[in-house]
Amino acid sequence: MSKTSLIIKREYLTRIRKKSFLIMSILGPFIFAAYVLIPMYFATLEDKEEKTVVVIDESTLFTEYGPEGPHCVLPETEYLKFKIIEGVPLESYQAGFDATGYYAVLFIPQNILASESSILYSTRQISMDVSGHIRSAMEQELEHLKLAAHDIHNIEEILAEVETSVNVRNIKWTKAGEAEESNTGVVMGVGYMGGLLTFFFIFFFGSQVMRGVIEEKTSRIIEVIVSSVRPFQLMMGKIIGVGLTGLTQFAIWIVFSILLIAGIGTAFFPELTRTPTEQVVASDLFSPGAVTPDPGTTGEPAEIAGNAGGDAEEQAMGTEAGIPEAGGGKITGDEMGLAGEIFASLRTIDPVVMILSFLFYFIFGYLLYAAMFAVVGSAVDNETDTQQLIWPVILPLILAIYVMISAINNPDGSLAFWFSLIPFTSPMVMMVRIPFGVPWWQVALSASLLVATFLGMTWVAGKVYRTGILMYGKKTSYREIWKWLRYSS
Amino acid sequence: MNNMGILSVREVVKDFSGHRALNNVSMDVPRTSIYGLLGPNGAGKTTLLRIINQITAPDAGTIIFEGHPIGRDDTALIGYLPEERGLYKKMKVGEQALYLAQLKGLSKHDAMQRLKPWFEKFEMGSWWGKKVEELSKGMAQKVQFVTTVIHEPTLLIFDEPFSGFDPINVNLLKQEILEMRKNGATIIFSTHNMASVEELCDHITLINEAETLLQGEINDIREKYRTSKYRVVFTGDPDRLSRGLQKQFTLEGLEKNGTGQQATITIREGAKSDDLIRNLLEITEIKAFYEVLPSMNDIFIQAVTEHE
Repeated sequence: MSKTSLIIKREYLTRIRKKSFLIMSILGPFIFAAYVLIPMYFATLEDKEEKTVVVIDESTLFTEYGPEGPHCVLPETEYLKFKIIEGVPLESYQAGFDATGYYAVLFIPQNILASESSILYSTRQISMDVSGHIRSAMEQELEHLKLAAHDIHNIEEILAEVETSVNVRNIKWTKAGEAEESNTGVVMGVGYMGGLLTFFFIFFFGSQVMRGVIEEKTSRIIEVIVSSVRPFQLMMGKIIGVGLTGLTQFAIWIVFSILLIAGIGTAFFPELTRTPTEQVVASDLFSPGAVTPDPGTTGEPAEIAGNAGGDAEEQAMGTEAGIPEAGGGKITGDEMGLAGEIFASLRTIDPVVMILSFLFYFIFGYLLYAAMFAVVGSAVDNETDTQQLIWPVILPLILAIYVMISAINNPDGSLAFWFSLIPFTSPMVMMVRIPFGVPWWQVALSASLLVATFLGMTWVAGKVYRTGILMYGKKTSYREIWKWLRYSS
Repeated sequence: MNNMGILSVREVVKDFSGHRALNNVSMDVPRTSIYGLLGPNGAGKTTLLRIINQITAPDAGTIIFEGHPIGRDDTALIGYLPEERGLYKKMKVGEQALYLAQLKGLSKHDAMQRLKPWFEKFEMGSWWGKKVEELSKGMAQKVQFVTTVIHEPTLLIFDEPFSGFDPINVNLLKQEILEMRKNGATIIFSTHNMASVEELCDHITLINEAETLLQGEINDIREKYRTSKYRVVFTGDPDRLSRGLQKQFTLEGLEKNGTGQQATITIREGAKSDDLIRNLLEITEIKAFYEVLPSMNDIFIQAVTEHE
């Protein structure tokens, strides 16, 4: 067995046998799920505190007089109430407002129709929810009033009929002339997940490489090892060994996650265990000509155009037909439609291209950064000293995340373009772009730049590492590292 | 080519950012010798050993091993115990020993075969499944020693070999090292503690401030630095001794200790120790008589002074 593979084997086995590996393997999917679900949960959290807003309505347009006295026409929510108070001047609230227990005072001036502005007074910062609700409610009310001023017969029915919500379905024509349903959100999600996973992998396992190097330095075994193997072999063995550990961990996570999702799915949503195709058929949302769940069906452009007209009716019927069926299960027709849409959107991404490019950027991104992490590890005696040296390594990673988020919205923009070529950010940024389709020359250029930088960086890292691992007790700076780089090999 | 030498260091120079660690250092290590590389801390010993072990590269000069410029394959023939030694703390003793032996080129099977007798000999059998962090320092040192010699190297290099070892282990190690030499191995000791190795070494190189100060067979060096000083342990009247000494002998000192009285006497050039004994027999009763040999420490100090 070659020495490098011995080192890889040791790095891999010692890491895989650690308790922390087992724990992370089990907790990983939960942590990742929590990472996705907790922000969603917080986003859905509503303010449960009841708030009463005093309305001083000088225009009287928002006041209705019932048997119980005046009340406000603005729609209330469960937690937001309005109270019309007449005859009390605004100024009297100003002092000691907190004692009144009211949340805010809404002042509607006499000329609201012309000025189109009102004022919310409060002693606290008014939440976006409340001011947003009040604004849209007032806008709606004023629009209604203005329309009513035109004195149109049966305006209510007309308004009800005019009210429209449009569902825009994206159909992408492939070069072969096939039509595919695509949902930009899903495509974005796939790219984002790919980029984010790459980021986590680089960050988590890159720093493990660094810690491994420091461990060898502090335990002083390093000199024994490098009297048997080249420092470069030791460095590469460690990088590859840790990388394989990471891949194993990810594989376990993926299997676990699938089991977890499948388990939850069977327990709570029995319908989801049907194959996606069955779901699509069951939801009856897609006419076979428009979308191609079956790769064999090649929709002629003309056929799609012809079908498109009939689609709306079919769809409406389909949705209606779906509701009674869904009544038995727990899934509504809409959800079924979404599942089908996601499935169809995923189909627009070529899985082979996606998986291959993911593996490529994932692995080379890790290798590039792991070499840099190894350099930092070799330059210090203990982990606390890494802090000042680690910044040049972390910074491009964080930058990549920011660019990645912006690139999701504009995958063909110049920002996304340039950063998907720069090797230090391309593993993450290119991952976001690939699901949208990237010209092959850009992928080729980005990939070769990444490989070239990886080779160059590893060569440089090897030189610095070789000197760094034997240095003790010195506070290392990048100036010092530059000197090491020029020592003869 | 020197057929006798196993290792030849030729005009090695090494610089570290403006500071010269080795300046034209050369040395020839004869086969099956015990070679002392001596010098104070910071003289450049460890740097030279690292160059021999191909851990660092020299800026100039060459290392010839077994008649050819040293290469990567030669690491399997060299065993190196560095001054800064250590093991993976979290790794089990047996696994670690196997790993290090395999890195030296042994197959797993061979490594196992060879480790067993060593573990028995050093009474380490029960440690096999223990983690290194569970061992005491002395135990870890034994493990370290075994992993250094397990591949039966022809050249063994020990940097500060006995520092940190307790006296019992030092003796154990010395025995093993002598045994290995008997079996054909060549040994290099590097140390600043010259007293610890001088009785073992047959050749030395003394380096100071990156330069070779003194080099050769230890007996020749001692000969060169002998002081013509003798010590006599005697019974009798010390006054009589000092009065009765002939002119060619000078009394350097007189002291009394547990074994009796002893006098240090130098003899003038041309005179012989036999003459001194004859002279002493007339004036006192000799219990012991021996030449005071300069210690490596004395020689080192003298060499440094002369050099300056």
